[in-house]
Amino acid sequence: MDYVAPTTIEDAVGALSSTPESRVFAGATDLIPQIRSGRPEPGLLVDLKRIERLTAVTEGANAWTIGAAAPTSLLTEDPGFSNQFPGLSEAAGLIGSDQIQNRSSLGGNLCNASPAADSVPAMLVNEARAVVATAGGTRTVGVGEIATGPGRTSLAPGEFIVEFEVDKPPAHSGDAYLRMTPRTEMDIAVVGVGVRITLDADGNCAEARIAVGAVAPTARRVADAEAALVGQPINDDTLAAVARAASAACDPIDDKRGTIAYRKQVTGVLAKRAVTIAAARAAGEDTENAATTNGAH
Amino acid sequence: MSRTHINCTINGDQTDFLSESGGSLLNALRDDVGLMGVKEGCGTGDCGACSVLMDDRVTCACLIFAPEAEGRTIVTIEGLANADELHPLQQCFLEGAALQCGICTPGFLMAAKALLDKNPHPTETEVRYALAGNLCRCTGYDKIIRAVLDAAEGMRASAQTGDAA
Repeated sequence: MDYVAPTTIEDAVGALSSTPESRVFAGATDLIPQIRSGRPEPGLLVDLKRIERLTAVTEGANAWTIGAAAPTSLLTEDPGFSNQFPGLSEAAGLIGSDQIQNRSSLGGNLCNASPAADSVPAMLVNEARAVVATAGGTRTVGVGEIATGPGRTSLAPGEFIVEFEVDKPPAHSGDAYLRMTPRTEMDIAVVGVGVRITLDADGNCAEARIAVGAVAPTARRVADAEAALVGQPINDDTLAAVARAASAACDPIDDKRGTIAYRKQVTGVLAKRAVTIAAARAAGEDTENAATTNGAH
Repeated sequence: MSRTHINCTINGDQTDFLSESGGSLLNALRDDVGLMGVKEGCGTGDCGACSVLMDDRVTCACLIFAPEAEGRTIVTIEGLANADELHPLQQCFLEGAALQCGICTPGFLMAAKALLDKNPHPTETEVRYALAGNLCRCTGYDKIIRAVLDAAEGMRASAQTGDAA
């Protein structure tokens, strides 16, 4: 394997097109284990971390810009970011150990295209946009358009994500991400649920965004669960409707970490809890880091 | 596989070495630089035995390609003590018998150092979370957690009295 570390997007695009054997990487936390497990070695490793824009996390007037290769630890350490996006920050804080979070990135988490990637449901409910570098410049697409199935993305050969744009939430909004894992730490989601709730002046739900992960080939928004909340108060009845819709939206696999029936049921439970936490945040109530307890009390 | 010339700072010293461009920093540190304190456990980022600090952040050396170290500052277990004087973490691990076979110990110490560098007053829960990426297969974690808490307390006391830790 050869290695290059371009310092501009143009040079990275050029390096990638120089050989079909090329492969971009950010933290390499998925790439190196994949190579060790017998996947073919790339001929040319293109390290994106020397491109300043790829590792910067910046707050603009109306949106945050998160470099696709920025270590996820930046998202948990920055109080400005975690106050505005507690759910996305907590999701980033669930990706492996401190050692991993100092290397793992939102770009890698998305483009590795694991259905269980923790940051993806949290990005989906914040309607994050991906700025994609191409041979001709850049194009911007919704985060939901990147992963197309386990290990597969819509990116053409030679394309890579430069950064994510995430609009600041409107007033009276809150987000949350919960995942189910048998162990507290260092595990892969059996179910993940991201939620963003915006409340109106009466405390009813003005807007709901709900996304599930690890229960379908890609993370997905659940329109029926969102529709169950809009214009409604958040109470036992509407939460039960959310849980039913979230469970019904699942198309999971049976594997050693969870059966289909279990994943469906847990999705409903986590959806209820995540809505409750996001709504409390939207109402300005203090909530501790919910992700470490699966939202259970 | 081509070889790359790498310049970086390791344990305070300007260091340059030749390494396989697709090889890991772990292998480079052990085989090319001769720092055998960096251990290989799983090789996939799960066990933390190869933990080193790169630009003050704890990372698994097995998940870093060697050429990524160019221009970076690396600290390994060999850089933890101040000459003959052990780091308080090392001293507390020794006094608290917080190790058995010792393979995981360098990684635990580097992860614990990264924690105390940014949080001098961690709770037990914070210590447990900060060390979640380090596995010990000999024994439990209680002595390790206690040793880190003891070291943190000692370092705070030293800092208050102005005594160099």
